[in-house]
Amino acid sequence: MKTRVRFRVNGKPADLQTDDDRHLLWVLRTDLNLTGTKYGCGSGYCGACTVMVGKEAVRSCRTTLKEIQGKEVVTIEGLAKNGDLHPLQRAFMDHGGFQCGYCTSGMIMSACALLLAEPHPTPEAIARGLEPNLCRCGAHRRIVAAVQAAAGGKGAAS
Amino acid sequence: MSDFEGIDRRRFFQLTGGGIAVFISLGPWELFGQQRAPSYPEDINAYLLIGADGRVKIFSGKIEMGQGVMTSQAQMAAEELGVAVESIDMVLGDTERCPWDMGTFGSMTTRFFGPALRAAAAEARQVLEKLAAEKLGVDPGRLVVEKGVVSVAGDAARKVTYGELAQGKRIARLVDRKAVMRAASQFEVMGKSPRRIDGLEKVTGRARYAADVRPPGMLYARVVRPPAHGAKLAALDVSAAEKTSGVTVVNQDGLVAVLHPDPEGAEKALNLVKSRWDLPSSALDPETIFDHIVKTEGTSEVRQTKGDVAAGRAAAARVFETTYRKGYVAHAPIEPHAAVAEFKDGKMTVWASTQTPFPTRDRIAGALKLEPARVRVVTPFLGGGFGGKSADLQAIEAARLAQITGKPVQVAWTRQEEFFYDRFDPAAVVEIVSGLDDKGKVVLWDAVVHAAGARGASLFYDIPNVRVKTHGQPSYGADSAGAMHLFSVGPWRAPGANMNAFAMESQMDLMAAAAGVDPLEFRLRHLTDPRMRRVLQAAADAFGWKSAPGPSGMGRAVACSVDAGSYDALIAQVRIDAKGGSVTVERIVCAQDMGIIVNPDGAKMQMEGSITMGLGYALAEELRFRGGDILDRNFGTYSIPRFSWVPSIETVLVQNNDLAPQGGGEPAIVATGAALANAVFDATGARIARLPMTPERLREGIAAAKSRRSAAG
Repeated sequence: MKTRVRFRVNGKPADLQTDDDRHLLWVLRTDLNLTGTKYGCGSGYCGACTVMVGKEAVRSCRTTLKEIQGKEVVTIEGLAKNGDLHPLQRAFMDHGGFQCGYCTSGMIMSACALLLAEPHPTPEAIARGLEPNLCRCGAHRRIVAAVQAAAGGKGAAS
Repeated sequence: MSDFEGIDRRRFFQLTGGGIAVFISLGPWELFGQQRAPSYPEDINAYLLIGADGRVKIFSGKIEMGQGVMTSQAQMAAEELGVAVESIDMVLGDTERCPWDMGTFGSMTTRFFGPALRAAAAEARQVLEKLAAEKLGVDPGRLVVEKGVVSVAGDAARKVTYGELAQGKRIARLVDRKAVMRAASQFEVMGKSPRRIDGLEKVTGRARYAADVRPPGMLYARVVRPPAHGAKLAALDVSAAEKTSGVTVVNQDGLVAVLHPDPEGAEKALNLVKSRWDLPSSALDPETIFDHIVKTEGTSEVRQTKGDVAAGRAAAARVFETTYRKGYVAHAPIEPHAAVAEFKDGKMTVWASTQTPFPTRDRIAGALKLEPARVRVVTPFLGGGFGGKSADLQAIEAARLAQITGKPVQVAWTRQEEFFYDRFDPAAVVEIVSGLDDKGKVVLWDAVVHAAGARGASLFYDIPNVRVKTHGQPSYGADSAGAMHLFSVGPWRAPGANMNAFAMESQMDLMAAAAGVDPLEFRLRHLTDPRMRRVLQAAADAFGWKSAPGPSGMGRAVACSVDAGSYDALIAQVRIDAKGGSVTVERIVCAQDMGIIVNPDGAKMQMEGSITMGLGYALAEELRFRGGDILDRNFGTYSIPRFSWVPSIETVLVQNNDLAPQGGGEPAIVATGAALANAVFDATGARIARLPMTPERLREGIAAAKSRRSAAG
């Protein structure tokens, strides 16, 4: 059933007339043309679709519009501010925290929520926090290094 | 060098807007005396174009799937051309704009395509230097080139840029002879690790993958799938789907699909389709498949032979017979297969996640009965490939549906479809009979490989009597199931080599222990190849190897491999929870000799990635199936390596600038399984002859080792 769904995406209002049992992933990718958020498994196992709702990292493939009514959503496209990359984005580039790049959006968004909850995590805490996110290329150690650098402000070096 | 007649130059420059183009048509095997790769490009290998804006476009049929070749190719061209990496734009995997290429696999981009690209760039530099000499009125020998600026030596004010030289030019050159390339000692761009040029797009979400392509009016398609491989459609009812508004149903020549303007609409429509299937009866499962594989007739071929195995058996004081096994393993890239097809003005354009854009174009043309010239395949970034994206069923489906409906169509597989249609790394069996003489020398090696093929099966150890046979070499064709497998199998990162190395290096380790010799020392005693000796020593030094015969209880072990022209030695350190049967990998050291290194950091990333992926097939990954029914269809039951699995990984690049660049995307995964199996043995005394080493198998192995020890008294 179509209802009015309103929320904010990357600081801008979204106002949709649609079924509120639809999943956020497909609304982002189709209605809002934000394709940086990826489909990986559709069941919340892989984390490629991770976005932030408020300060929480959520799996957009398992999140319905009903759950985000009135809330603030940040996707990978919304992380850079006024053309300046987020420290995590710079750190992922500096430390080679990606290979194919397909899990990267979800990794960065998960790491972003992690750092909000714990600004200076140990490498072990980073690995623990990112454990539910899958990367098949094997960039894990560099991802941990990137998140650590971003937390310490060292990720800005280039 | 000559003017190039092979293409319509006028049309070419209309398309490119002029500039200086250099094409190269020369087999790289001639350039470097490399072993010729079968069916490598016969026509144009590479070309590059220098535009009036000074930017250099490199056109390459290779694709970027994470391995970093967008950056390494740019580096190679920049080095020879004398420009900065930043001034290069890469055009990859577009069948209309790039030279023909058989595909991106086999760690061949740098080995085989690299020399052609470097030759084209070296030739372009000569053309530019000649033009600059004319313009500046000096002898070419007096010129220096730096970052695309040509100046007179000692008189830097007299200069001209590549862009200025290319201004208004329409020069096309064909290189058909050996070009002089820069030596490793001259390198300014190669041998360094600039930041990857795909980084910015990938960290901002702007990087485009096949499913991100959205031509206006595109429909999302879902295809009706059988419940199991080999199932035959017995009844179909699409009436409910047809009655749903916005849904298009296609049912043509075995392709049944529902299409809708949004992906959820397509999924709902799919759920309305009723189908009944006749299922084949097969009792095969992950336990019974091995006997089936061994029994299945296949082509048999002797791959390596030396001395006389009968004489070896006679000379052996002790003979060791082991059968090694490994189940099916999925590629499981995080990006499932996707394609978008658009049929416009009699021409089919398909954006596809494929490792083989040109063969895919030909397969699409065949399926649609179109001339290949009327099909264009464009390859955006791939979200991982690992050998798994080279069959292109999804691209053919999208193209057929676009042709039938007349609308742009996206076919993006679900994770379930991705698992179902994966062309798995085959289950395989390797039987080895080997023997030691009374001095602890290996005098016999008689191996039969079932289903894993020849890659990595040949011995690099010096053993006098050797025979290596393969049965049922997997044909990695479109339908490769054959009689041996119930579903398709295909190339999986270093195809077959992982299994062959597991068997070979386990058997060597087992004999080292039987001889009471330290496993590293045992290998060195059987090795004369200087490259292998060097990597072994480098790995041992970096690890801090302590000599002791196995099982030492230390939980450390070594394994070696030769793959894609590169040599690797891995040392793994594990900790075992004997009660639970779990393996914790604490540390892996890998030394690799890959010839000249184009990008050291990129090479290390590939080594780390290979080793991490290798943890999966060694410890956990084994597809569950019942007959043709694939039981693992998502990551909930099929585990791939996670953050907590990843040990400390130290990579050592052993310098070898006398050798042209060799493969880097696969070699380090090859010995990973063997190194871990040997480390488990060193820790526990249990020789696990089947991968993956699940907790159950480990507990059984430990119990068996214990009872052997107590029986021995």
